Amino acid sequence: MTPADDFHDSAYDGLLDHHTVADDSQWAFGTEFEDPLAGVDTTVPAGEDPHALAAYCLMIGDDALVNAHRLSEWCSRAPDLEEDIALANIALDLLGQARLLLARAATASPDVVPPLPPGSPVPPEDALAFFRDDAAFRNVRLVEGDNGDFAVTIVRLLLFSTWRLALLERLQSSRDQVLAAVAAKGVKEVTYHRDYAARWFLTLSRGTEESRSRVLAGLDAVWRFHDELFVPTRIEASLADSGVGVDPATVAEEVAGLLDEVFSVSGVDRPDLPQVGAVAGGRGRDGRHTEAFSHLLAEMQSVARAHPSGRW
Amino acid sequence: MSEILDEWPLYEIFVRGRRGLNHVHVGSLHAADDEMALRHARDVYTRRNEGVSIWAVRSDAIAASSPDEKDPLFAPSCDKVYRHPTFYDIPEDVPHM
Repeated sequence: MTPADDFHDSAYDGLLDHHTVADDSQWAFGTEFEDPLAGVDTTVPAGEDPHALAAYCLMIGDDALVNAHRLSEWCSRAPDLEEDIALANIALDLLGQARLLLARAATASPDVVPPLPPGSPVPPEDALAFFRDDAAFRNVRLVEGDNGDFAVTIVRLLLFSTWRLALLERLQSSRDQVLAAVAAKGVKEVTYHRDYAARWFLTLSRGTEESRSRVLAGLDAVWRFHDELFVPTRIEASLADSGVGVDPATVAEEVAGLLDEVFSVSGVDRPDLPQVGAVAGGRGRDGRHTEAFSHLLAEMQSVARAHPSGRW
Repeated sequence: MSEILDEWPLYEIFVRGRRGLNHVHVGSLHAADDEMALRHARDVYTRRNEGVSIWAVRSDAIAASSPDEKDPLFAPSCDKVYRHPTFYDIPEDVPHM
């Protein structure tokens, strides 16, 4: 470890119980932080193809990463200070999941990590986030569109978190110990995201004429990416067969039931709208993305790419 | 919708910390209703691992003493030194006094 690494690590050492802590009484509320991967076996499950495992981690990691970036764009722009912080918290939860999943992809199969100049201190998960081109991203297209207004963001978050929670709940029993641990951590986080989104969906739908019309417009903007969430790729289907991943088609019924409950209390009809189809035979999971995604990546990656040997 | 307000009502937030026995006032925030107040409080005041329990109270539901009443309410206690249990010899082996 270089002295510089040492410096980076040490910034939080004082906060972590497992590093210290004889006397942490200066902290008013305690410092019991948890490492979600503490004691987790990181070997690839027996008989599993490491490339397939890495590809799967990129899929659900990129979903979280890209949605986290979109939500972070609300910083300083939300309708209220309270919502600003709420959206930033959700973005940070998802970013944390993305970090663990991209790091998992890199350890399972190092050849997924884009090459960087020799001596670059960029860790593998950052290399994956900031140095892949759009066609190498595996996220669903739902998460990549512009934020729109607050109602569009809420509708998207409702759809995304309902779907992701259903996936993570099943992933907790993955044969891959890392995926299982990340899912167990994520379930608690995404449960809150879904609750937050559902509550706002109801509040806006039953609020004023204006807020209701914006929710309905939000559904128009977002719902066309609904069906894609439940189309399994070959990799997802095969990993589901071997008990490592989840086939998204298997959560469709549960997600529909939960969304119908929210729609019903909100007095909103379940949309029946045309869906975006495959582009050149592929969807988001295959690296086929929307135009908005290129703009998102340009902004997200430009600083890191300008300084591939930078230390942050 | 019965009435449309210009602004969300104000709530006072009390958090019980991991090591605390009672809820402590940590600040205030605006929220659309009671449930949202709890969620906002979770986001604004417990994001650094501070709390295990939250109370949210509408600010207009709190009866507060006025600064104008400070003297009549509190000054009379200033010179009643005999109300303090300070006239006893404490044995050496009694801790936490």
